[in-house]
Amino acid sequence: MNKMIKLITGRILPVIFLGAPTLSLAQSSPGEIHGSFQIDGQYYIQDSTISAPEVAEKYLLNGYGDLVFTKGNFKAGVRYETYQNVLLGYDKRFNGSGIAHRYAEYDNGELAITVGNFYEQFGSGLILRSYWEPTLGYDNALDGVRVKFKPYSGILIKGIIGKQRYYFKTGEGIVRGVDAEVGINDLIKKWNDKKTRVTAGFGFVSKYQKDDDNVYILPENVGAYAGRLDVTRGKVTINAEYAYKYNDPSSLNNYSYKFGDAALLKATYSQKGLGILLAAKRIDNMNFRSERNANLNDLLINYLPALTKYHTYSLASIYPYATQPNGEFGFEAEVNYTIKKGTKLGGDYGTNIIVNYSGANSLSTEPVAGKDLYKSDWGKFGKDVYYKDFSLEITRKMSKNLKITLMYINQVYDKDKIQFQGSKQYGTIYDNIIVADITFQLNDKNAIRTEWQTLQSEQDYKSWIAGLIEYSHSPNWFVAVSDQYNYGNEKSDKRIHYFNCFVGYTKDSHRITLGYGRQREGLFCVGGVCRQVPSSNGLTVSISTSF
Amino acid sequence: MNHLKKLVVVFSCAVSVSSAQVFESRPIPAVDVKDLNGKTVNTSTLNNNGKPMVLDFWATWCKPCVNELTAISEHYEEWQKETGVKIVAISVDDARTMANVKPFVNGKGWDYEVYVDPNGDLKRALNIGAVPYVFLVNGKGEIVSVKTGYAPGDEHKMYEEIKALTKESN
Repeated sequence: MNKMIKLITGRILPVIFLGAPTLSLAQSSPGEIHGSFQIDGQYYIQDSTISAPEVAEKYLLNGYGDLVFTKGNFKAGVRYETYQNVLLGYDKRFNGSGIAHRYAEYDNGELAITVGNFYEQFGSGLILRSYWEPTLGYDNALDGVRVKFKPYSGILIKGIIGKQRYYFKTGEGIVRGVDAEVGINDLIKKWNDKKTRVTAGFGFVSKYQKDDDNVYILPENVGAYAGRLDVTRGKVTINAEYAYKYNDPSSLNNYSYKFGDAALLKATYSQKGLGILLAAKRIDNMNFRSERNANLNDLLINYLPALTKYHTYSLASIYPYATQPNGEFGFEAEVNYTIKKGTKLGGDYGTNIIVNYSGANSLSTEPVAGKDLYKSDWGKFGKDVYYKDFSLEITRKMSKNLKITLMYINQVYDKDKIQFQGSKQYGTIYDNIIVADITFQLNDKNAIRTEWQTLQSEQDYKSWIAGLIEYSHSPNWFVAVSDQYNYGNEKSDKRIHYFNCFVGYTKDSHRITLGYGRQREGLFCVGGVCRQVPSSNGLTVSISTSF
Repeated sequence: MNHLKKLVVVFSCAVSVSSAQVFESRPIPAVDVKDLNGKTVNTSTLNNNGKPMVLDFWATWCKPCVNELTAISEHYEEWQKETGVKIVAISVDDARTMANVKPFVNGKGWDYEVYVDPNGDLKRALNIGAVPYVFLVNGKGEIVSVKTGYAPGDEHKMYEEIKALTKESN
């Protein structure tokens, strides 16, 4: 009890009332206002060849503006969003306009209190991650209170409570959590300069939602905890994290009363010119939402990162992976190596090679009698392959003006499981992809970049060929034309050209781009979280600025 | 309609405050980021002893970002010798690819000071939309210019601006 009183009177109260040492730069300056604006609009043209959905409004627009006011240790911000109506491919519940995000925060370096909307992550996000990804239309900001406290160097304690954003409202469930992270090298003086750096963290999150169900007795409070350990010594880093979730039956897991858990293990080796990563991830029954029956990307409390290579070349992203929260066993191995410049194999400028092998399988499970519905074998990979991806990327600057990247990718993709929750429609897709990305620098200011791609497959859309030519004039302009041609499609009327042209202007923090052409339907993913995009044809305008 | 009126009022204040200059210098907001050894570092401590700095926001999955940092790496030693500039590369890779940053930076052979911004706190504090996003910081620690996107050859213009900053502080 005495120690508790000492902590409150000695450390916490003085910080609140007298203010701890403030951050020097922020204190002396007058108030500042900064922000950003972005508008994305599209004029849709009817296109029956690609079965583009009809757009009654003809023109759709998403826009947002956010302002931040800071003065000393105080900060306040607001974000206004408008959907007149929302673009195709985003959830139609983004409707109308309003203030989507607003908050006020006081932060003196030792204590920070935020009221209103905020984003927060515990560890890797396995039990809590609220974040904003506008390209996905993803925003699960919490609306409530957050406190961050640093009582000593090396210790950070966070507490949160609130409801999650649900379009222009909040979800029903209340989310609360605490997290403590300790940087042992900063906390213990003797460890300050030790070669081994250790950080440990532990968090607990619980959600409350009333049980309105007529059939099941559902737990109203569901808790989850997670512990993490990061160790770095010289060239080696190891990150380990384990999360456990108490029973959370819902329609998403067939009302199983089984616990859920997730384990993440990553090891890396790095030295100049060579980087190696090995990672494994196991997820079992980790759907965690503040409303039991929310689906798609609504009201997710946690974040289960995909462990697969993120491809940005157009044909390589036709089959992107989406994390399977009900269960998956994933792995990733990557080697990034630069052959030194001046050597025979390296050439005049060096040659960079990246090899990546990643994938995910089902868990090894068997059904059981009783409320759990199934049990899973912890150590085993299941026999269903959800995704496998092997890629080899070689980049070399051939001369002062010419740079080439060659990439080979081999994919195995269970389209039914990844995109359609297992309904048997498409089967597994096997493909081989080759990409050549060539940049030719005409002079200091002008460059031409071309991309040549092909995807070979006997399933689904079958084979494709794609090309892109982009001309850029540093620092402000670029013009590009591209085409993706599904020449191999079984049905001759589906052998379509997806032709596009773009022009863009950027200056400082302002950017305007215009695009015209056909968009292929597909899955657009960021970090294993995806949204379905329907095919469309038309003119797109994007304007963004920040100040 | 009420919230729209409020927004217009606040916006016009912002516009009148900054209409005098094309870009108003601002200090770097104080946000916690992590270095590649997992140590928490506050961005208010970032400095280069009175010499210019470049804050380059990038991600391992962003091709133009990687192209830009690779193009700069070819000249970095020379830039450092002539101006003492320091490039601070801040990755916005999230939990999915955050562990990839250290081996990636090493595999590419870059010599930059690298940090990670795990949940995008610094990215949001600086109102960054998409990467690449580059800030030029003067010797006093103030952001003096901003650039979004990368076209091959942009690094030459960047260097001109760095040299101009170095002359200013001298």
